[in-house]
Amino acid sequence: MPSFVMTEKCDGCKGQDKTACMYICPNDLMKLDKDGSVTGTPRKAYNQEPEQCWECYNCVKICLQQAIEVSCYKDFAPLGGSVIPMRGTDSIMWTVKFRNGTLKRFKFPIRLVPEGSVDPYAGKPEPNFDDIKKPGLFTQTADQVAVK
Amino acid sequence: MEKEVNNFQFVEKPEVVEIDTDILIIGGGMAGTGTAFEACRWANPKGLKVVMLDKAAIDRSGSVAMGLSAINTYVGENDVQDYVRYVRSDLMGIVREDLIWDLGRMVDDSVHLFEEWGLPIWKKGDDGFSLDGFQARDAGKALLKDGGTPVRSGKWQIMINGESYKAIVAEAAKKALETNRVATGMDQNLFERVFVTRLLLDANEPNRVAGAIGFSVRENKVYIVRANAILGGTGGAVNVFRPRSVGEGIGRTWFGVWNAGSGYAMGAQAGAEMTLMENRFVPMRFKDGYGPVGAWFLFFKAKATNALGEDYCVTHADEIKEMYAPYHEPMTTALRNHAAMLDMKAGKGPILMHTHEAMQELAKTMEPKRIKHLEAEAWEDFLDMSISQAGLWAADNVEPDKTPSELMPSEPYLLGSHAGCAGFWVSGPGDIPGTPAEWSWGYNRMSTVNGLFFAGDTVGASGHKFSSGSHAEGRAAGKSMVAWCIDHADYKPAAKESVDELVAEMYLPMEMYGKYSGYTTAPSDVDINPHYITPRMLQFRLMKIMDEYVGGVATWYTTSKSMLETGLRKLEMLKEDAGRMAAKDLHELLRCWENYHRIWAGEAHARHILFREETRYPGYYYRGDFPKINDADWKCFNNSKYDPNTGEWVNFKKDYVQLVD
Repeated sequence: MPSFVMTEKCDGCKGQDKTACMYICPNDLMKLDKDGSVTGTPRKAYNQEPEQCWECYNCVKICLQQAIEVSCYKDFAPLGGSVIPMRGTDSIMWTVKFRNGTLKRFKFPIRLVPEGSVDPYAGKPEPNFDDIKKPGLFTQTADQVAVK
Repeated sequence: MEKEVNNFQFVEKPEVVEIDTDILIIGGGMAGTGTAFEACRWANPKGLKVVMLDKAAIDRSGSVAMGLSAINTYVGENDVQDYVRYVRSDLMGIVREDLIWDLGRMVDDSVHLFEEWGLPIWKKGDDGFSLDGFQARDAGKALLKDGGTPVRSGKWQIMINGESYKAIVAEAAKKALETNRVATGMDQNLFERVFVTRLLLDANEPNRVAGAIGFSVRENKVYIVRANAILGGTGGAVNVFRPRSVGEGIGRTWFGVWNAGSGYAMGAQAGAEMTLMENRFVPMRFKDGYGPVGAWFLFFKAKATNALGEDYCVTHADEIKEMYAPYHEPMTTALRNHAAMLDMKAGKGPILMHTHEAMQELAKTMEPKRIKHLEAEAWEDFLDMSISQAGLWAADNVEPDKTPSELMPSEPYLLGSHAGCAGFWVSGPGDIPGTPAEWSWGYNRMSTVNGLFFAGDTVGASGHKFSSGSHAEGRAAGKSMVAWCIDHADYKPAAKESVDELVAEMYLPMEMYGKYSGYTTAPSDVDINPHYITPRMLQFRLMKIMDEYVGGVATWYTTSKSMLETGLRKLEMLKEDAGRMAAKDLHELLRCWENYHRIWAGEAHARHILFREETRYPGYYYRGDFPKINDADWKCFNNSKYDPNTGEWVNFKKDYVQLVD
């Protein structure tokens, strides 16, 4: 199912108006329960529409409290398996736990340039307005796009 | 039923924010981020404004939000014309070869940018084995642009460590937008969590877009954006058909579940010509989790068979040749589905991917350390882009090196970027030899509506772009949008419809909820009410109609004239009922309008299937009344146009022209 938030671990992103999981969810699923009227505890985030969850794990990865995990869709998955990421600055660690207890751990690179350091136009040519109606992109030469 | 109107008696009027820009980008996925990068570079020296709206946060929006384990279009050492041949062949012979050729000559430039921005790309090691992004860097392997050798999983695909793919591409787009904000003195030009519901037509010029209207899903605000050029950079259409999993697994679609067909709906409503909307994609994937199979087939060399161990593509080869020649060679994705389904219907399922045999075969040539790396590569394929599949394997105690896994053809998807080609008819580059003159009207990727451009999933007849191609196509559109703005510098957009009426229409579902929810005792999470329909039920009804009448899984993808006409009648009433959608909050308002867009995408799909009297895509859908491919009458484009003035929808043929031998 869908991502879920552990009551004990969620700190509601410490009194901010929007939580990190709300910010990142591509499908607008995460919501902050300010007064506890939905979850029973004030200032906790929750998944408001679990059946629309893609299990993209972006809320899991962004949560600083590691308060969010995923419970695999119960209409086809038996209970007891889990997949838990720990996303760092340049790599991600995954822990896969099987229903039968088998554990697997993997680590993969995620980026080779530090986040925030991308300079999109550095060292790139200026656009040439004589070419604006011609095929190709501002970073390409006429030869690269010529029909051969 | 009586028509409901919104007088704002039961919901507070939203604040209306009006924005004037030259270029408006709707959707910040791969296409939209490409448009931002290219357009801002051209726009800045001219002082042209570029604004982007996205219904989510662009760091993780669109179909690449989760990540990807491969870039499926990198031409590299190959010939661009071979790329055209491959796309044409897989899409059963009818594609816009000018668009595909154009994309093929640009796409590598975007891939080189991704690598420069930090995307880890696997490289071939000196021993012939693969190196991940860290290993390749530490071994001093060259970047692709400097001649580095990628790890090819297929002729066009390269392997990446793509967990952060979208975040990396989004960072460049955000910074590009920021240069434009500074250059033009705007307060803000990236608006996240704003959902666009419709395009605005111009009051003075016919067949011309003037802007778009959307609302914030976070606060009580409506955005009216007036623009000279607009990109419909939205995704395909998902959960238009009833999915195979109908519990909480509804969300585990193969393509991003948030793809609501918004671009299809809004472009159609504006009168833009569509093409090949009958095309769909039915991916054969690992069952239920929908984990990718491409790397398993192409990189790990795994074989798929029926439960008896027979290769269904071999055992049905003669039958397929007889029915569908000359499209049987090479066997297309659609026909491989067809072969598997013949066996499933004959009770020879489940279809199995023999991952264990492939892994054991590869392991024979490897040191133990290499085998460990191979196992990690297999898991990364899922963990990068379909984490649920890894979760399902764990829950099912499936280790891919020990046991096979089931494959299953999914519910249908509408899209133009992956292995499908549903979308709009757009202007091509104009310089590809042999292109009919009427395929280009001066501005690359502009639709038949002036000022309205498309890229990625929304461009039709040009599939197999994937993530990199969508970015490159967005860039091509961005460049020509700037050219359009320069050529139409005197244009002053003026919306045809009144802002007050548009805002009232947009917020009607909130008014409906306020007006009627007290009528019954039903709590909001089990809402039962005769006066309105919740977005959830609207979607269930749409999915049921599409599934049962338009060739979903319920009928093994089979439909016919009588079935389609019945389905279309039901869709018409569903569209009327959309005038009685109810939303208890902004989140549900988002769902209402997304599902309204899904209805339009579904209707376009049904109308196109009805017009094409043949079975062009066996394995994706079947016309039971016209079961064969009929090249004599139907080797042509099937285009359509909705007339926003009369409400009429017409389909017509357009000649297919082959440009590459």
